[in-house]
Amino acid sequence: MTQVTHRELLPGVRLTAVQTNKFKSNLLSVTLLAPLDAKTASANALLPYVLRRGTREHPDMESLSAALDELYGGSIEPAVRKKGEAQGIGFVGSFLDDAYALDDAHILEQAASLMGEVLLRPVTEDGGFKKEYVEGERSNLVDRIQAQINEKRSYSLLRLTQEMCAGEPYGVDRLGDEKSAAAITAEGLWERYQALLAHAPVELYYCGSADADRVAAALTAALDGLPRAGELEEPDHSVQDNATQDQPRLVTESLDVTQGKLALGFRTGGACVWEEDYPALLVFNALYGGTPTSKLFLNVREKLSLCYFASSMLEKFKGVMLVSSGIEFGNYEKARDEILAQLDNCRTGAFEDWELEGARRAVVSALRATMDAQGRLEDYWLGQAVAGLEESPQDLVDRVEAVTREQVTAVAGKMELDTIYFLKGKED
Amino acid sequence: METKEYTHIGEKLWHTKLDNGLHIYVDVKPEFSKSFAFFATNYGGMDMRFQLNGAWHDTPAGVAHFLEHKMFDTKDGNALQDLAANGASPNAFTSTDITGYYFESTEKFEENLKILLSFVSVPYFTPESVAKEQGIIGQEIRMVEDDPQNQVFYGMLEALYAHNPVRVSIAGTVESIAKITADTLYDCHAAFYNPGNMTLCVCGNVDPEQVREIALEVLPKEGITDIPRDYGEPESEGAFRPETVQSMAVSTPIFQLGWKADPAPKGEEHMRRQFLGELACEAVFGTSTPLYARLYSQGLVNQSFSYGYEAYPQCAMLTVGGESRDPRAVRQAIADEVARIRREGLDPTLFGRIKKGVYGAKVRALNSFENICIGLAQSHFAGEEFFRFPAVFENIGKADVEDVIRRWMTPERTGLSIVLPKEEQA
Repeated sequence: MTQVTHRELLPGVRLTAVQTNKFKSNLLSVTLLAPLDAKTASANALLPYVLRRGTREHPDMESLSAALDELYGGSIEPAVRKKGEAQGIGFVGSFLDDAYALDDAHILEQAASLMGEVLLRPVTEDGGFKKEYVEGERSNLVDRIQAQINEKRSYSLLRLTQEMCAGEPYGVDRLGDEKSAAAITAEGLWERYQALLAHAPVELYYCGSADADRVAAALTAALDGLPRAGELEEPDHSVQDNATQDQPRLVTESLDVTQGKLALGFRTGGACVWEEDYPALLVFNALYGGTPTSKLFLNVREKLSLCYFASSMLEKFKGVMLVSSGIEFGNYEKARDEILAQLDNCRTGAFEDWELEGARRAVVSALRATMDAQGRLEDYWLGQAVAGLEESPQDLVDRVEAVTREQVTAVAGKMELDTIYFLKGKED
Repeated sequence: METKEYTHIGEKLWHTKLDNGLHIYVDVKPEFSKSFAFFATNYGGMDMRFQLNGAWHDTPAGVAHFLEHKMFDTKDGNALQDLAANGASPNAFTSTDITGYYFESTEKFEENLKILLSFVSVPYFTPESVAKEQGIIGQEIRMVEDDPQNQVFYGMLEALYAHNPVRVSIAGTVESIAKITADTLYDCHAAFYNPGNMTLCVCGNVDPEQVREIALEVLPKEGITDIPRDYGEPESEGAFRPETVQSMAVSTPIFQLGWKADPAPKGEEHMRRQFLGELACEAVFGTSTPLYARLYSQGLVNQSFSYGYEAYPQCAMLTVGGESRDPRAVRQAIADEVARIRREGLDPTLFGRIKKGVYGAKVRALNSFENICIGLAQSHFAGEEFFRFPAVFENIGKADVEDVIRRWMTPERTGLSIVLPKEEQA
């Protein structure tokens, strides 16, 4: 019923095509991969936004939006993603399936062609990007970076990651930093663009009712003119197994907030997407803080009422686990101690069988649900492509089903607290 | 029991009404591995004054949301955990006019549905559990009060409305929720959580007959279909005040601009108004309009720009919001564009393509089981037939949209809310 095909369309241009009749839309994406690097991250992040401003055929946003409206309200959205130490930049598009159009439209071909146009044929002046577009989008990017402080939960995780991985590419945010964003010029951005077109691996993705041949033909035509001149530059991934110092480091910041945010960063002792114990890591994370039956939720939130939320999440490509919680300022020590005590319970096997099974069911269920959601499936396959893996969500489900209690406690035992970030209010 | 096919959009819907008044809708999707069940009551943050057994009850702000949190407690433990232990992802939300409980699961659907129907219909509150929840929700209220998006939206409601309870925060305040007791919760549950005031909407790989049987087995045999509510005197046409301004820890100013639309009657007209409102927004400042292109290139708005139409009992509004370094200039530019449309009418090409665009987006939204189930429930409470939207949409003409732009988007009906960066942040 669902058929997944991988093929290489051009040198370094790979297509993952998922054929299924489940959805009313087709999802199409194109992603250029670059090593995450403080020097280039902001320019890379800016690029899809500038490209999305106008093409030779549709030179402004109004005419691009009009073209999308004609494709039954299709969308082409800039996407800037961090997958471990790779930065993925490009576009994600969603279009109505031909079957639901009110006329005999071939939406896929038109959509692919429009996406190719946005990627490859920007409106230019003096042999480069239009200055007005670069300046406008640069200022939006700077605003977006500054606005990261508005949402305090994600801000605390961003700051934790910056502090904990300060010397590693992973410490770089997907948008780069404000200073380098503000310094981008139209010329510099054009050079970056040419470099990416020449050297970046390109991941194409399709999910919808069309077969892989039709998709490959549509995308090959759409990418005609991609200058694949240079050597491919594949991003690397480094996993730091252990904490970077003997004692966990505490970073405290004060802002004008009424609720504190406590975030803890752990190294997973090397456990990550490429390792044998990855399924156990997934189950452990769900057991510890990934679900409403997790240790953190039940104890730190429900039993002790220490916080409004407490959860853990994994960065599977980096071997990092982050714990995030919202607490009253005065509860810092109590909350921290309880979060660590619950980790000890996972290590020593102090959890019931129903907790373990609940965690396993949550992981399985999330993976199965991924297959039912176009956007999540795209993100899954992009991640796999970045990691050089071809395991489907279903194959991973089979491995998760086989995880044992011993494997969970073993992987829990590998967690090492590296850095604590605490955001508190201003004293007045 | 009846089954209806909607061939244009490839949907088939099964519907029945039980003797206790509960309406059940099932959208069968055999090709999916997940299923989604949504059990909703026609009761939200704004339903603070209501009649039960002949007597009027006044309840503090925040009860509907408080109740939502407390419903997960059962005599034997916590339903959230029972569902999660089955691998289901359960959750709930309280909006201005609806409280909904739902789960998504890929296995043990029947067992999960029993848990859902049971914990929502059987109340279990103790003074201790209420006191504890006051602590947890107090934290949530603090978090919401730190959230500029939330604050800017309520700022707009406070500008538009003089007294309609839509302007009261759904979560209430730390003070208002302190007045909630176990008895308040039992009263509100008795009034609003009876099957006659609820609907069950299911989407996924399920057997509709089995859904009906589980509902018959678990739910109370009787229900009350009519719970009178009081939202105060009808509001005047104009905005209560033109502007509200607050300062918070944000980097750029954010704004929410609203227009007080006419309250929408129930039935198909309710759905028609929804589309009129959405098309009016698309036509005046939507992302494919010349105005949006101009605002964007002047740096007056950015990608965070979003807009829509919302309708609740005795009130409806058009809204647009986002980040802007000069929200008042955005308001002026929109007012000028409305004046131009008033004189010249809408461009027919523009109208044709936004209609096509909105239609496609609505069909694409049917990919989401959550959208389908919530849409079915909202339509049910509004007296509409959810999947009939293509026909209702088809019949809307350019003149209809011009008419609502003329009548609703006037300066008198406009309310602007601004959140400015605190000086120390600037």
